[in-house]
Amino acid sequence: MIFIRTILCVVLLLSLNVRNSYAELEIRITKGVETATPLAIVPFGSDSAPVNVSGVINADLERSGYFKMMAEQSMPDQPSTASAINFKEWQALSQNYMVIGQVVSTGDGQFNVQFQLFDVYKSSQLLGYKMTSSVADLRKTAHYISDLIFEKLTGKKGVFGGRIAYVTTNAQRVHQVQVADADGFNPKTIAASIEPLMSPAWSPDGKKLAYVSFERKTAAIYIQTLASGERVKVAEFPGINGAPSWSPDGTRLALTLSKDGSPDIYVLNLTSRALTKLSKSMAIDTEPSWSPDGSSVVFTSNRGGNPQVYIVSSQGGQEKRLTFSGSYNTSASFSSDGRNLVLVQGNGNHYCIALMDMGSHAVNVITSGPSDESPSFAPNGSMILYASKKGGVGFLSAVSLDGKMQQKLVFNSGEVRDPSWAP
Amino acid sequence: MKLNKTLLAFAISAVFLTACTDDEKDESLTDGTQTTASGINDASTSGLGNGSGFNGSGLSGNGDYASTLGPEFNDPNNPLSKRTIYFMLDSSEVMPDFIPVINAHAQYLVANPNQKITLEGNTDERGAPEYNIALGEQRAKSVASMMKIQGVSESQVNVVSYGEEKPAAFGSDESAWEKNRRTEIVYLPN
Repeated sequence: MIFIRTILCVVLLLSLNVRNSYAELEIRITKGVETATPLAIVPFGSDSAPVNVSGVINADLERSGYFKMMAEQSMPDQPSTASAINFKEWQALSQNYMVIGQVVSTGDGQFNVQFQLFDVYKSSQLLGYKMTSSVADLRKTAHYISDLIFEKLTGKKGVFGGRIAYVTTNAQRVHQVQVADADGFNPKTIAASIEPLMSPAWSPDGKKLAYVSFERKTAAIYIQTLASGERVKVAEFPGINGAPSWSPDGTRLALTLSKDGSPDIYVLNLTSRALTKLSKSMAIDTEPSWSPDGSSVVFTSNRGGNPQVYIVSSQGGQEKRLTFSGSYNTSASFSSDGRNLVLVQGNGNHYCIALMDMGSHAVNVITSGPSDESPSFAPNGSMILYASKKGGVGFLSAVSLDGKMQQKLVFNSGEVRDPSWAP
Repeated sequence: MKLNKTLLAFAISAVFLTACTDDEKDESLTDGTQTTASGINDASTSGLGNGSGFNGSGLSGNGDYASTLGPEFNDPNNPLSKRTIYFMLDSSEVMPDFIPVINAHAQYLVANPNQKITLEGNTDERGAPEYNIALGEQRAKSVASMMKIQGVSESQVNVVSYGEEKPAAFGSDESAWEKNRRTEIVYLPN
């Protein structure tokens, strides 16, 4: 029986061609800021590198929305050494900053990658690095350079070297949990099933994913180690086993179970496997998410007649309602500094991403809808990744906290949902 | 922290460009020498290889067993031929039109106590996926409790909610949504 299953697995794997999946994702900037800083990434001097390193850096920084990238054809020349730069001509083109670099093969499958970031008006260098990279890691190296440039120019940590997890569903209704680079490249399937897969959640150390699988035609929660593929079933109670959320210290999982009747929030100790009930209403309680200090858990409940966001101490106790405007507030989670809560605010036909200031409890809608869901903060807190749908096609979007910058990650085929930015 | 992860597979050489300014180097060099666990390159195979992800039972894997139980399940004039109960938006209340359908199935199950069913609760695509799992379960449980009141035993009825994950109709308009807000009565092989 197990043998047959394994064979089926292999056959399906081959037909899915997951090993060779590449660049299914394409990113479009749908909204940028007018005050974006002019920045020129001069194409790197390169001897036959298989990856366009400066192109990747250019795309990263462009989709951040912070920069107005100079088009290659507008560049007066393409210097790749500092001494070759004529700063006056770049000043005349109103470029605040420029980046030059080189990618040079060392002949053993390795490349020397170097870059320099200059303040054009001061004609001075702000940043300069030289690093070695294998062929396979050239994209990763490019993302790392993007992070360095972004942090130098904005003071904020970049997220270009980060990863995202999400669930795709293709036309044959095969569901896959995938992990990809933040720009959608290098997607890897970590689980696949013809039954639904849902709610991938990163462990705080970024090494594991918890997710919901219906592969046995009932809901169960698994924790899978990414490096080894090894996985453990941590919950398969009668009824709902859903909405896993890791405690910030990685020792516990908040989750939704309906084993006692109505769906309630529980905390599962991952070492002792002890289960503690956190919410006790007769209504729907689901979508738990921890505060960054681990002291409390926000969740969704319809105890008041429609779904609203509530908060409770992670030790249990008094449950307090947080949202009061609108008839539908769900899917709340904290920013890493604990100052904001991102959530979905909706009514029958229109669902948008909104931010709640945890000090004033004021709520600001930051996307236009109509079907935006499953928001997830970037680890640097600067962007929110969420799932959206238009004309029946699902895609991912990222938006800045003020709603001013927006980018769309478009899948070439099928649906993509439940995104989660790696910590 | 973040840097370590990003740096996992390549090392930064200790060579700085000559024009490098003074204030941004040492921390990145330190980070660059660290290595962490290998990536997730092999997770797709090993992750899938040990899983029981594919059970090979086809896409819906249900549905038509009931039609083999007797002609009454295929007679459009018989309520047993109807095995989908539809709901209003964000509601798990059974509408009056469907009460005769649920009653007919309940009576069949009481008369055939070895027959088991699964009630599959579903929602339309709007709103939070995990909230929809809960809503779908309420829809399935509404039908289950009506059946149990009529004498169907606990052991005959299994409940599962797929939320918005298994739409019966695709599309983002009311004509698709109304077909998806449903509980399916699925007869199981004995």
